[in-house]
Amino acid sequence: MKKQAQNITIVFILNLFAFIFTFPMFFTVLNSFMSNEEIEDRYSVTAAINYDPPNIADNHFMNIGLIPDEVTIKQYYIVLIEKTQYLVMFWNSIKIVLPVICGQIIVSCMAAYSFSILKFRGKDSLFFIYIVVMLMPFQVTLVPNYIIAAKLHLVGSYLSIIFPGIFNTFGVFLLRQYISYIPNTYTEAAKIDGAGCWNIFANIIVPMSKTGIAALAILTFIDNWNMVEQPLIFIKDVLKEPLSIYLSALNEKEKGVAFAASVFYMLPMLLSFLYWEDHLVEGIELSGIKA
Amino acid sequence: MKIIKTFRKLQREDTFAGFLFLLPSLCGVLLFFIIPFIGGLYYAVVDSPINGHFVGLKNFINLLHNDAFLKASANTSLFTMLCVPLNICISLILALMLNNRFIKNSNRFRMLFIAPLVIPVASVAFFWQLIFDNNGTLNYFLYRLGATTVDWMKTDWSRTIIIIIYLWKNVGYNVVLYLSALSNIPIEYYESADIDGAPGYQKFFNITFIYLTPSSFFVFIISIINSFKVFRETYLIAGQYPHENIYFLQHYMNNIFISLDYQKLTSAAYMMAAAITILVFILFNYQKKISTHFTQ
Repeated sequence: MKKQAQNITIVFILNLFAFIFTFPMFFTVLNSFMSNEEIEDRYSVTAAINYDPPNIADNHFMNIGLIPDEVTIKQYYIVLIEKTQYLVMFWNSIKIVLPVICGQIIVSCMAAYSFSILKFRGKDSLFFIYIVVMLMPFQVTLVPNYIIAAKLHLVGSYLSIIFPGIFNTFGVFLLRQYISYIPNTYTEAAKIDGAGCWNIFANIIVPMSKTGIAALAILTFIDNWNMVEQPLIFIKDVLKEPLSIYLSALNEKEKGVAFAASVFYMLPMLLSFLYWEDHLVEGIELSGIKA
Repeated sequence: MKIIKTFRKLQREDTFAGFLFLLPSLCGVLLFFIIPFIGGLYYAVVDSPINGHFVGLKNFINLLHNDAFLKASANTSLFTMLCVPLNICISLILALMLNNRFIKNSNRFRMLFIAPLVIPVASVAFFWQLIFDNNGTLNYFLYRLGATTVDWMKTDWSRTIIIIIYLWKNVGYNVVLYLSALSNIPIEYYESADIDGAPGYQKFFNITFIYLTPSSFFVFIISIINSFKVFRETYLIAGQYPHENIYFLQHYMNNIFISLDYQKLTSAAYMMAAAITILVFILFNYQKKISTHFTQ
């Protein structure tokens, strides 16, 4: 009896946390179907509550709501058809993120393979440097990134964001874990059959670390799709900004469209997340097995 | 003998080929991170990029006397020291709960737990603003209850709020990490402990806790990385100059980036990098010590 009560409590707590973790997502999606007037009505503050004597009425508070009074897809119409700038910004985001993902996968895969088979003095020290670079907050790595971008005249162009993204050392760290779990017997058998490094890499290592590559792809995607710091510093032209920057400004200017734009923006992440959920979970798991 | 010879030859070729595989990444990391970082030392020891007079450690000393920098460093360290252990504790507890055999759909829970990663930072920021704003939902409830309302983001509470947001976003990721570590603990250990009649807490400390130590190391590193990333949300919620409790090093760096003061930028970057390198170094040695302790 006591055991059962305990189990029910545990299930309750887990559900509560699951609710807390997912609530903002449902909130955003549901609010995107509200009309502009309703959103203004709910989330715009008309009077300050700090007057003395306090002149407080219920309607001075923002009124958080989930169910639209009237379901409308007007906001989506504005975002997708009426105003073109959202699509432009969306396209900007893709133009930055796609090369970063592709480049990061290729570069990291090769480096991770080399780190797991190569034996040379200083390998551990080099890997240590990779980890230190991985741990640096953006504001530290942005300084060298900026210096080199200024030297190469890349400031203002997407390349100044794409290159540091490609050479982010997190991918090497993540994939090394995977490759070190591939049993040696596979590669040794291939070697005895006369396969070269490239053959082993292309026909054994890459296919066998597919899960890791998928996890890296989606983690890189999530991280770069949400970028805030780099475009703030490197991109001076408003029209070239990715949607992530624009969205944050939207919250102040046009609240009505902000939700629909967020959902529109969230969609690629959500879809790849659902499509690759097993890979993602497994990828996160494996990255932690052997630190 | 011949086999050994061919094997050696193969190995030498391996080393060369292996190096070729490393080359693209190494070049990129050197070009975009390491070399400009070392080159930045020039800016850190001159008075201005145009004059170029050598001033030694003056920039660093100035920085150590800069109130904004000191405040930001203290805030960032305090924030990390508070939120990383909290994150580890909460995620460990949730993982232990999820690891119970009577929970059938633990995969679904894992999915829901990492959902915060998918939501755009701007929407997240808006949502939390809605709750903690002066006219927000939390104050609405307080008002209905007849309590005094608080402008949360402009008080000492702001740090707590950023910690909540950090935990909300990152606990799920760590739960997944811990779950995989838990599922790797051989069940026989618990069974033999049951036969010996060991109580629950002893099983936790003598089996679970010890087996989780290597994973905890990784969780720790990831949590620190993510504690730096919470700047995005902080920036979007509270702007360039937030309440003094949540004025982080990232704000400081961001604000001098706008004025492009190379001296301050590079010397601050060096300080932060040094602090992080020392931290990683200590962690690594500690981890090595622990893992050798376990293998013995």
